[in-house]
Amino acid sequence: MMHFLLLFSRQGKLRLQKWFLPLPERERKKIVKDMTTMVLARKPRTCNFLHWKDLKIVYKRYASLYFCCALENQDNELLALEILHRYVELLDKYFGNVCELDIIFNFEKAYFILDELLMGGEIQETSKLSIVKSIEASDMLQETMEEYISKPAF
Amino acid sequence: MTPSVRLQEMIRVIRSARTQGEERGIIQRECADIRSQFRQGDNGERSHSLAKLLYVHMLGYPAHFGQMECVRLIASPRYSEKRIGYLGAMMLLDEKQDASLLITNSIKNDLSHSSQYVQSLALCTLACMGSAEMCRDLAPEIERLLRASHSYIKKKATLCAVHIIRKVPELAELFTPSARTLLSEKNHGVLHGAVVLITELCERNPDTLVQFRKVIQAVPELVQIMKGLVTSSYSPEHNVAGISDPFLQVRILRLLRILGHNNDTASDAMNDLLAQVATNTDSSKTAGSAVLYETVLTIMDINSESGLRVLAVNILGRFLLNNDRNIRYISMTSLQKIVQTDHNAVQRHRGTIVDCLKDQDTSVKRRALELSLALVSAVNIRSMMKELLIFLSVCPPELRSQTASGIFNAAERYSPSKRWHIDTILHVLTTAGGDVRDETVPNLIQLITTASELHCYTVHKLYRALIKDIAQQSLVQVACWCIGEYGDLLLKGECEEIEPVQVTEDDILDALETVLQSHMSSPATRGFALTATMKLSTRITDNVDRIRSIVSIYGSCIDLELQQRAVEYNALFKKYDHMRYRSAVLERMPVMDKNSPGHTNGDTSGEIKEPDTSKPKPVEAGLLSEPASQVCDLLDLLGGTDTPLQPSPAPTSTPTTTSSADLLNLLGGLEITPGEKFKDIYIPTVSVYEKNGLSLKIQCDKQTETEVTVTLIASNSTQNDITNFTLQAAVPKSVQLQMKAPSGNVIPAHGLGQVTQTVLLNNPNKASLPCFRFVQLSFLLN
Repeated sequence: MMHFLLLFSRQGKLRLQKWFLPLPERERKKIVKDMTTMVLARKPRTCNFLHWKDLKIVYKRYASLYFCCALENQDNELLALEILHRYVELLDKYFGNVCELDIIFNFEKAYFILDELLMGGEIQETSKLSIVKSIEASDMLQETMEEYISKPAF
Repeated sequence: MTPSVRLQEMIRVIRSARTQGEERGIIQRECADIRSQFRQGDNGERSHSLAKLLYVHMLGYPAHFGQMECVRLIASPRYSEKRIGYLGAMMLLDEKQDASLLITNSIKNDLSHSSQYVQSLALCTLACMGSAEMCRDLAPEIERLLRASHSYIKKKATLCAVHIIRKVPELAELFTPSARTLLSEKNHGVLHGAVVLITELCERNPDTLVQFRKVIQAVPELVQIMKGLVTSSYSPEHNVAGISDPFLQVRILRLLRILGHNNDTASDAMNDLLAQVATNTDSSKTAGSAVLYETVLTIMDINSESGLRVLAVNILGRFLLNNDRNIRYISMTSLQKIVQTDHNAVQRHRGTIVDCLKDQDTSVKRRALELSLALVSAVNIRSMMKELLIFLSVCPPELRSQTASGIFNAAERYSPSKRWHIDTILHVLTTAGGDVRDETVPNLIQLITTASELHCYTVHKLYRALIKDIAQQSLVQVACWCIGEYGDLLLKGECEEIEPVQVTEDDILDALETVLQSHMSSPATRGFALTATMKLSTRITDNVDRIRSIVSIYGSCIDLELQQRAVEYNALFKKYDHMRYRSAVLERMPVMDKNSPGHTNGDTSGEIKEPDTSKPKPVEAGLLSEPASQVCDLLDLLGGTDTPLQPSPAPTSTPTTTSSADLLNLLGGLEITPGEKFKDIYIPTVSVYEKNGLSLKIQCDKQTETEVTVTLIASNSTQNDITNFTLQAAVPKSVQLQMKAPSGNVIPAHGLGQVTQTVLLNNPNKASLPCFRFVQLSFLLN
């Protein structure tokens, strides 16, 4: 089970945080600080796995963003790399050539996409196509409702 | 009222702030806006406000005033508001907040909503932050959704059930029947969820595990599904780098691992499949490697046949040679897990592992180090140690102490010869002396004393290391100690195993003085050096005066420990400058016992096996009552035989001062009875003499079959110091007595300090007899 998933920039600014465990706010802030310090201190050609407390930390850098997640002992680290990659692919498909600014200005959409991929710390859908379809459908639902609301009722 | 700024506008404005203070100001204004928005009630703008609040929250600012707004938005009929409301709930509410309970009802309603996307929002939120209460309330709903709906909802309900089980394990039985039907689903998402659910059920409850294994026959079903995945043709929907749905494959393998663990029938059923997966999976990309990795873990954890295990270890060996650092890292992690059970198989890859020590990545280096240390054996100790020592000189600082202690352990267990052992330890001390543990110094000294044939070689090597560099404290301490002990061997100059170099007494004293004066030396090291200098006074012949001057300088040193030592050594020179006396105090140390009570840092009054002691009764009562100022001679022994006095300091026969000698007949009933069962009785200190403020106690330290070690402790409660205090003892002929040097001969007044002296009584004949000892005290009061 994944404990948390963080996205942060090269300067250590948090862009997305998803927690799958109930932790108090103070603890979350501390973990974020620890993660950013640890991951940003890594040299370029080192392996993507770290040990922190009793968790395995898997991180990967995509352009200017670091994707970082924490796994339990029996989870497969290589698979976690694949999960992170799958998330990036979904973001790319949705935003079209995604970059950090897309995620900054549309963070709520990034969350919606993540919620279609992961749930309770586990993968919920293994088919990329299926996730893309559900996101499109939900967006459609949202837009129709908004149009409906803003138009005067006849 | 200012018009509300849209989310993206606000983000732009915040990002354009140039200082932290400016940003804070902007955020304060925005938060005030948001608050007033919330107060206004429903006007279509609430979702935008909440979204803005969530952004502010992500930047790290407090956002608790948005919690109630989340609750309200979740209850709204509009999908856009629900969506952002649920997102807010997941970000701002957790089970510790009271507001979280308020959304339970909304979630319940939404779980039966007509739109599946609303249902999915509710499921997602429940799985993310549902507390135990909420889970209990909503579990029946989830169970219903597991059975009824179509696959989009089913897969989410399954993972929600997993969360419920994690929070409330008692509800596991509720989901077990549905779990087994889910295994026959075709949809990969649902199947994946089902496998996760079953894994969770089996991990938590061993009965459920047995049920799934035997009754439900999950293993053949899973094997079937896996086979389908592995041999299926290309399916674009699930394909990742040539592997069909690696996520599902890995989960199934993990479940198989749990089902097959410690169970032969289950393990047999999956042998073929595992072999097929292991051989057919293409591991050029990460996805394939992930599946192979999980396969290897499964093979090693179930009761697989040996051929399969060899296959697994070979896969790990192949991983070790992979260019991808990640794969090298995890292969070493897996090898670490199996090195205990399949030692020989892992030994085959020792060469590659040792090469990984030279990798640039610290994580890889760490794994390689742990694995190398686990692979050291009596056969490969020499070559492995060479590699480890090379590694020690170049390794990153955070790994140094681990490497050093690993090397010491390995050397201790497998060293082929004493000289090799000593060489190795010396090498470690020269390269990484600052990172070794504190026990290394006494351990090394103990080792050196046991290797008596190597004393000459050792002291030569240490001397050369010392003159090269005095920064490594542990090394310097050991070197000083050795030079003090074996200085005479150093001066002899020749030693078979090392090229002869002429060392003069001045050279040695120079070296020791450098250590004493250097600012790099710690106080403990200085103490070692001073004692060593003193010991040399009996081992060298020409420069004794130089030693005297060194020692007297330190008599006024600021460091208390050094000063005390110097003063006492000075006393040795001035008042007791009999060669015999000084040489007796400074003679060679005996071979030390490992783990003797004095050796460890812990308490020395451990379990002592000793029968009872009887009170001291005077043999000649008359003598005891004579306190007088006479120097009495020794006394009548049992049987009247003459026992030679062991080298203990003879009392000076200076008649002048008020020296009073007391005769003390000590009969400690120390029965050396070897045949007796050793009982762990703690023997308290027995007081054997108390008079005139001077008291003498005996404490039994250790008893073995043939010898007893006791400590004599003298303390003084008078107003003045007692000086020149010496003890003499005599025992019957069949017992051998050995008295070690006393801790000093000055007992401070008012009980401020003590003098202790260790005495060894050896009864080689194992005759069971009461041992009587007679002790003569002589001291100067005032």
